[in-house]
Amino acid sequence: MLDMKKTYVIIGGGVAAVGCAEGIRTTDKSSRVVIIADEGRAPYFRPLISYYLEGKTDLDRMRYRPEGFYSENGIEFINGKATAIDVKAHTVTLDGGRKIKYDAVCVAAGSSPFVPPMEGLDKVEKKFGFMTEDDALSLGDALFPDCRVLIVGAGLIGLKCAEGIVSRCGSVTVCDLAPRVLSSILDGEAASLMQARLEEHGIKFLLSDTAASFGPHTAFMKSGKTVDFDVLVLAVGVRANVSLVKDAGGSVGRGITVDCRMKTSLPDVYAAGDCTETEDASGGGVRVMAIMPNAAFGGRCAGANMAGGDAVFDCAIPMNAIGFFGLHALTAGTYEGELHEARGDGTLRRFYVKDGYLSGFMLIGDDEFTGAGIYTSLIRNRIPLDTLDFETLMQAPSVASFSPGYRSLNIEGWKNA
Amino acid sequence: MKRVVVNEKWCLGCHLCEYNCAFANSGLKDMAKALKGKPLFPRIRVLDGGDGITFAVSCRHCTDPICVRSCISGALAFRDGAVTIDKERCVGCFTCILVCPYGAISRDADGAVQKCELCLKNGTGAPACVRGCPNGALTYEE
Ligand SMILES: Cc1cc2nc3c(=O)[nH]c(=O)nc-3n(C[C@H](O)[C@H](O)[C@H](O)COP(=O)(O)OP(=O)(O)OC[C@H]3O[C@@H](n4cnc5c(N)ncnc54)[C@H](O)[C@@H]3O)c2cc1C
Repeated sequence: MLDMKKTYVIIGGGVAAVGCAEGIRTTDKSSRVVIIADEGRAPYFRPLISYYLEGKTDLDRMRYRPEGFYSENGIEFINGKATAIDVKAHTVTLDGGRKIKYDAVCVAAGSSPFVPPMEGLDKVEKKFGFMTEDDALSLGDALFPDCRVLIVGAGLIGLKCAEGIVSRCGSVTVCDLAPRVLSSILDGEAASLMQARLEEHGIKFLLSDTAASFGPHTAFMKSGKTVDFDVLVLAVGVRANVSLVKDAGGSVGRGITVDCRMKTSLPDVYAAGDCTETEDASGGGVRVMAIMPNAAFGGRCAGANMAGGDAVFDCAIPMNAIGFFGLHALTAGTYEGELHEARGDGTLRRFYVKDGYLSGFMLIGDDEFTGAGIYTSLIRNRIPLDTLDFETLMQAPSVASFSPGYRSLNIEGWKNA
Repeated sequence: MKRVVVNEKWCLGCHLCEYNCAFANSGLKDMAKALKGKPLFPRIRVLDGGDGITFAVSCRHCTDPICVRSCISGALAFRDGAVTIDKERCVGCFTCILVCPYGAISRDADGAVQKCELCLKNGTGAPACVRGCPNGALTYEE
């Protein structure tokens, strides 16, 4: 009898990879699904690494799926690094030289920290990135009660790291070339609120300034200042891992080019998650939108299509819920168009409206922001603002702002006639 | 899978569902002790749709739930057609609040988040909001 079983290979062991495997299994229960992953760990919730250092979670709770999930679903793991895809031969090569034949392959390789060349960095003994569980564990080991930590990068990753470790250190200083914290998602006013909250909790900042060179325990800043440290964390930026597809002759930009079915330009090669770039449904053009939901949805979409389905994922937008010491900032979309503002007790809500649609928003404050997801759905689902009461909605988002027709058509389990 | 179905036409706007929800999830046997003089944290909310229309919104237990796909801690999970929350795992990041298209997830008294779990975990058996709805505006249907 002919063996009709296929082999699906997934490169990378993160959320997109697991999503892909789950997507395959929604239709194909019997073919081989092989995940090649190089961290030597079962998939985990990457954003929890700072909460781990803070003592708010543990390694068990960080697992992305329960023990037994992978064997129950027939998902195999190979611990190793994929080094090449041979599109003609339909094989993936591993670092030891082993080749695996595939019917379809998905690249879910995520991104890698980007460290610009900085003089003297090689002389720094205790330096860490902040991307992986291994990074968190080794950083945790290097901390001691009086230690002085310098974090280069005041973006999401650098600040989450700062929050996670500050209670375990003597001092934490964060520097960034940008003039404000979280410069990619917050504007000046919102950023200064967030910075003030971080400072209240003992984190120091050197903004519009960065390390020009290093001694073993000293950073020589561009401004001429010096910062002494025991531990250095580099959180400058990340770059999508595109090389597997690029080297195989596939199209890449800042991320791997994929269509809304998560197909790359190469036959039978798919890609999903942080390593890809896709159309931003909020109008921001084609870009890398490296967040968990996009990795999870993109991965599932790729998997469903690898198994012969016709799934589409075309509503990726940038969105972030980020909080520090109780102050929450909720942002989504693109900050383009006409600005509308609503202020309340210690809260700031900014909305950007373009061509009759909400393109982005930024909310910050000690608020619960109940219903904020309604704003997000206005962007993701392209709901024209003239079909609802936007003035009321800005203050108090609620399903009641949607038209009766929208409610009955789009909300699951809903009747109004 | 059964779900709580909202019928706008029959909602009286009486808010009983909110009280029944808060009571069912309080863990207490006495309704007065559970609710009197305390801040209410119901997982269902009655909204005013204007023109005399009211309706109650709770988690829709979406078939492809964006809250679960976005949850950074694994607290939200999708099991047997229901979206559940494990408060022990919630880190209070508010991502689910940012993405829920119905505003059906909110903060609880302890800084974690709460949502309708169809009364599957609190021993009530069937959703308390449905059982207590005096006019059939909430039903529990396949
Ligand atoms: C500190 C921190 C906080 C974050 N907070 C949030 C948040 O609050 N909300 C949010 O939505 N997102 C957050 N993110 C981003 C989120 O973690 C990512 O979007 C998500 O993990 C992307 O999943 P992925 O599967 O695409 O990639 P990854 O999780 O990066 O997984 C890719 C995996 O592939 C492996 N790999 C790479 N190349 C190869 C190869 N050649 N062979 C084998 N294996 C390979 C990598 O080692 C890695 O394990 C955060 C990230 C960090 C670091």
